[in-house]
Amino acid sequence: MAEKSGFAAHLRTYLTGYVLSVVFTLAAFWAVLALGKENKSVLLLVGLLGVAQLAVQLKCFLNVTTQREGRDNLALILFSTLILLIIVLGTAWIMGNLAMRMHTTM
Amino acid sequence: MDGNSSALNKGLGESPGAIHKDPDVVIFGFWVFMMSDLIFFGVVFAIYITMIGATAGGPGPRELFDFGSLFAQTMFLLTSSLTVGIATITMKHQRSQGSFLFWVVVTLLFGLGFLTLELLDFSDMAAKGGTPQRSGYLSGFFGLVPLHGLHVSFGCLWMLVMIAQVLAVGMTDLVKLRFLRLALFWHFLDLIWIGIFSVVYFGGWVYG
Repeated sequence: MAEKSGFAAHLRTYLTGYVLSVVFTLAAFWAVLALGKENKSVLLLVGLLGVAQLAVQLKCFLNVTTQREGRDNLALILFSTLILLIIVLGTAWIMGNLAMRMHTTM
Repeated sequence: MDGNSSALNKGLGESPGAIHKDPDVVIFGFWVFMMSDLIFFGVVFAIYITMIGATAGGPGPRELFDFGSLFAQTMFLLTSSLTVGIATITMKHQRSQGSFLFWVVVTLLFGLGFLTLELLDFSDMAAKGGTPQRSGYLSGFFGLVPLHGLHVSFGCLWMLVMIAQVLAVGMTDLVKLRFLRLALFWHFLDLIWIGIFSVVYFGGWVYG
């Protein structure tokens, strides 16, 4: 393996990220079109593929690392993700519960 | 950073130039902006999720969504994320200005292609009666997906501005630092798009 910071190495990182992203996208489209018509649990697979693609793009495109020099960025991203999950899951939980108790169709 | 930034900030006094001197701080500040934008998107996602099923007798996801167009939009945006990355490494390794501009223009064309497909998709939806005022569900949809489209539009505008700056002053440190932030922004928009096709289109379609 040549020098790790060369042009070719950087290009390889981006191409790897791109190929993996395409594979995860195709898998998600296939899952929904093939199985999604009746099967709601296919969304779990779509979610996992989405998270995998997010991780790949954060690593290969946005250069987020767990190395010491990237810790500030990582802490910022993880904290923002925590706030995001509280807002989105909290809203879905409360509003879903309300809809159920009010007997509205969801 | 060298003297370029202080020259460009002539007349602004000491501090603006000094702020631009540490690229790490500038990039970190941009990450703070992107994460606040992420929370903003999250709130709009939450509204959409609570509105799934609230079609009020109007057309729902199964009548409105066109997965062929969605797939093309996804591929356009994903490929543009790769090409903006190639532009970034072309810049980092000081390849010619021409090859850098080539990859920026390719990215811009993919971005414009994405916007064109998205607008065609919206007009198809409107033709089937899927307009924002029709139901809570459609208000949720049109609050979220065009918000991302608006971000992509401003990304395209930013790209045009960067092309103009490179042609006017060349690849100065300040121009490079601005382009690095544009590349981050563009990658970030593709991350949001993963959430949009997974939650808005697939989630809406499976539950609709």
